[in-house]
Amino acid sequence: MSDAAVTTMDRKPMPGMMVYNKKLGMWVFLLSEVMFFTSLIGTYVILRFAHPDHWTDPGVVLNVPLTAVNTFLLICSSVTMVKAFASIQQGNQKGLQMWLLATILIGATFVGVQAIEYNALLGEGFGPVLDLYHAVGRGNPHEGPSLGGPLYGATFYAMTGFHGAHVTIGVFCLIFVYIRSLQGAYTQDSLEGVEVIGLYWHFVDLVWILLFTIVYLI
Amino acid sequence: MSTTTAMETHTGTAEHHELSFIRKYIFSTDHKMIAKQFLFGGLMFLALGGALAVMIRWQLGFPGRPLPMPLRILFPDTMAPGGIILPEFYNSLVTMHATFMVFFALMPLMAGVFGNLLIPLQIGAEDMAFPRINMASFWIMPVAGFIMLASFFVEGGAAGAGWTSYAPLSTSGEWTGVYMGQILWLVSLIVLGFSSILGALNYVTTVINMRAPGMTWFRIPLATWSIFITAWLLLLAIPILTGGLLLLLFDQTIGTAFFRPEGSGEPLLWQHIFWFFGHPEVYILILPAMGFVSEVIACRSRKPIFGYHSMVVAMVSIGFLGWVVWGHHMFQSGMNPLLGMTFVVTTVVIAVPSAIKTFNWMGTLWRGNIHFDTPLLHAVAFVALFIIGGLSGIFMASAPVDIYIHDTYFIVAHLHYVLVGGSLFGIFAGITFWYPKMFGRMMNEGLGKVHFALSFLFYNMAFFPMHNLGVQGMMRRIYDPNQYEFLQGLQPLNTFISISIFLFVSTQMIFAFNFLWSLREGKVAGNNPWKSNTLLWTTPSPPPHGNFPEMPTVYRGPYEYSHPDREEDYWPQDEPPATTGSGGETVTTPTPELVPGG
Repeated sequence: MSDAAVTTMDRKPMPGMMVYNKKLGMWVFLLSEVMFFTSLIGTYVILRFAHPDHWTDPGVVLNVPLTAVNTFLLICSSVTMVKAFASIQQGNQKGLQMWLLATILIGATFVGVQAIEYNALLGEGFGPVLDLYHAVGRGNPHEGPSLGGPLYGATFYAMTGFHGAHVTIGVFCLIFVYIRSLQGAYTQDSLEGVEVIGLYWHFVDLVWILLFTIVYLI
Repeated sequence: MSTTTAMETHTGTAEHHELSFIRKYIFSTDHKMIAKQFLFGGLMFLALGGALAVMIRWQLGFPGRPLPMPLRILFPDTMAPGGIILPEFYNSLVTMHATFMVFFALMPLMAGVFGNLLIPLQIGAEDMAFPRINMASFWIMPVAGFIMLASFFVEGGAAGAGWTSYAPLSTSGEWTGVYMGQILWLVSLIVLGFSSILGALNYVTTVINMRAPGMTWFRIPLATWSIFITAWLLLLAIPILTGGLLLLLFDQTIGTAFFRPEGSGEPLLWQHIFWFFGHPEVYILILPAMGFVSEVIACRSRKPIFGYHSMVVAMVSIGFLGWVVWGHHMFQSGMNPLLGMTFVVTTVVIAVPSAIKTFNWMGTLWRGNIHFDTPLLHAVAFVALFIIGGLSGIFMASAPVDIYIHDTYFIVAHLHYVLVGGSLFGIFAGITFWYPKMFGRMMNEGLGKVHFALSFLFYNMAFFPMHNLGVQGMMRRIYDPNQYEFLQGLQPLNTFISISIFLFVSTQMIFAFNFLWSLREGKVAGNNPWKSNTLLWTTPSPPPHGNFPEMPTVYRGPYEYSHPDREEDYWPQDEPPATTGSGGETVTTPTPELVPGG
């Protein structure tokens, strides 16, 4: 039992899932993320059915045009992520770095716009907290009857907030990948890191399309 | 968060230079060391949970009597003035006993220890798919455990809303007198959830992608199968709990009203979220034990497991059905009776795969060459006690009966029959069976048998009469049953149960002594002391870093015991089949599974 014998161990595992470990691991992790968002969205669905009076018509409280632009931006960032991966598949280091940087910037912009949106909504009294909720609606002077109810605010901030946290984590991971790409860590034959972070990024994008629809448009 | 760690994990073949003490024993990425870490951690929390159980039973067995001397001075006046346990402290005891046992003892001892130990060794991999994520998965547990333990020392004491933390009881300290403790409880379980998810994604990836050549799906040993299915349940159920815990945390801290009726929130929604996680969790706590027991019974009966495929299919179907039965915890919550009926049907259907497994175990034992050693005794006890726990489960699955016994000691009896009689005896079977592989030495047989016999006896003395208490109406979380006249007659039985529990807990000292003593003094085990077939037993005990000297090749299923053509009564999975060539020489033939795509 020498240690040298172990290192020469030639791994040809069973032809199972024809994907490498990190990719499979990320898929499996994303499944658990699906369940996490399911718990939040399920909460929203049940509370909204039980208390429809806590919700208003779309666009009365929430700024739909701003978020529509933000949604468009996030979809664009998925495109730039694909371009980054396509670049390294062709061995294009410069392309990889450029498109990664674009993805990072768009992702950061998304989070920034979300922060601005939160700030405006809180200023209009649309918060998550039961005792402080007094939403006056967009563009109204800061008085008037309260629109909707605190469950609207609570579910809104829970769903979009945890999504925003996922985007933020994604941006940090992308920055990590970007720094590694500047060091030339990825090549045509070794691009696992780019692909795996790409999977995560597309997932976060997909979740947002769902959330935008059910939170802002319905 | 895990993405960055995933990218940093090393690339398959491990480096095999001498590791420093810290890398080898503390921040180890070796799956066997992580298994041992989970084992010691889990056993410590098991002891803590047992100590809390003793306190609970002291109150119920001897209500109003001060704690015996060494314990009396341990507790401040906010918990037990003059040694008499306060009702608020009793609530914390019940809550924390269940929390520690479920999340910090049983889950790490099953998925943590044996997932880590068995999966790579049984499928022929050199380590887990993501060794560093694996290390993180362990080290999150002590952090969460520390937060949970800290809650005993904050003002108001530890969480007291039960391990289910039903809203609105749990949403505000107004109702329980516990503010910070409840918040720490939530934070601790949120943190612990990451440990489970990281472990589970590792197990799933490893089983799918890292099997040795020839290790087809239906050659995987049942213990690995059971943990594979458990890992899926963990992966999909824990995030649901995490989501619910976060929302409850917001209700408590920033003042949202997801579950608070005063803000139009829905307390029942918490129950749905909790049990949608909670019922798969029940199978997370029993499926691995089923796997260990299958392994032990086949090996110690020297017979192929009866109905290998049906065993796998039964576990998979239990895993699926576990998702559609959560409502049976909520028959009393004012649910529509028609919906209740649906849950009755789905729940009773689970009896079918459970019965298949039970009969298969008995079919395996039937006319086997049974070796009555400690692992087998624990495994057979598992089967017996699981039958009792399973049958009492059918009482609760049926809504009309459940309405009568809901939240009584009948439930306490049932859940302890499946979680102690089932899971814990399964864990004992697992530890005694795989101890030689982990530590290279056998546990002492004599002590093992004494421990088993006394445990089995005291266990049944303690928990079987609880059925009786429940049917007579004693409430599940009651502090002092004597406050009701109709329960006063049950006091002698309660005292008997308490004494039995004290004996049961004391008996575990024998196990602890045997475990520690055998580390140094046990008989040297050799590679394959049980003459078992799985790849695990082809490695040295304990296996070196990297496990296998060269990639093993698998030629057959894991339960080829007492094959009629062989002199030996076992047939290791990696032994090439010998056929006689034309010249009389022995040649080995490759199996068709080795051909890529074949």
